[in-house]
Amino acid sequence: MAEASRISRYLYTIIVLFIIWLFLTASLDPQELAFGLVLSLIIGAFTYEIFTTRGLANLHPKRVAYAIAYIPYFLWAMLLANLDVAYRVLHPKRPINPGIVECRTNLRSDVGKLVLANSITLTPGTITLEVEGDRYFIHWIDVKDASVEGASKSITGPFEKFLKVIFG
Amino acid sequence: MNVLVAVGEFLVLFGSAFYFLSTLGLIRMPDVYTRMQTATKSATLGSLGVIIGAGIWALGDGGSVAWLTKTIIIAVFLLLTNPISAHTLIRAAYKSGIPLWEGSVVDKYREAKARAESGEEEGGEA
Repeated sequence: MAEASRISRYLYTIIVLFIIWLFLTASLDPQELAFGLVLSLIIGAFTYEIFTTRGLANLHPKRVAYAIAYIPYFLWAMLLANLDVAYRVLHPKRPINPGIVECRTNLRSDVGKLVLANSITLTPGTITLEVEGDRYFIHWIDVKDASVEGASKSITGPFEKFLKVIFG
Repeated sequence: MNVLVAVGEFLVLFGSAFYFLSTLGLIRMPDVYTRMQTATKSATLGSLGVIIGAGIWALGDGGSVAWLTKTIIIAVFLLLTNPISAHTLIRAAYKSGIPLWEGSVVDKYREAKARAESGEEEGGEA
């Protein structure tokens, strides 16, 4: 994946920083907006090199639409995960069957792998132990299928179809 | 206005219930890995509920949007950083040799490590 131009990366960093500033101040006063823009320009100049490698390409409409669709999907998966945990904690027999399984992913970008690892940690019964290249070692609280393909299908599969579009 | 207050109160209660489950999970689970599972998930959702709930509650109570936007920022940062800290802790636990629970079924990570080491030795001989 080729790196975007410096100016595009710089602009993308400024946009993200400025959105965070908008949320933090919660005010549309022109003075606040101007000062936020100045701060974004300064901080962006220092940090854009490590912040992004793709620049404005991240704001492609299809990616943004998939990212917005991903939020409710992810929150729903998280709620299911917590009900699952509640069931295991409250059940008198404590029905757990833990183990470490291996998964493969077809995501390429580092950010995509990071988001996938975070999503795995917060969804039903799984927590990421180690990532090496395209291999994920995952601690699964209720192992149903110890093979690589089976585990990938039930753990990483549901998220990959979103993350593949968002991050590539 | 009162609907927003009610929604906020419900979210805070919901989050507190999951905080309680998270603590209970710490007591009931047998080893460090399963404890991390329950603690991370329930504490993250519990925090989200309490934080966003406080924001919505303030919106309904005083009509101030500033609370809600700040709580959303806090919730997003928490959502992004909590799983990373859990991953770091569980990985450090594994690297320092804490064993899995005796009821665990598979340990693919140890198998992969053993395979990699034997592969390296064979490569060295050849």
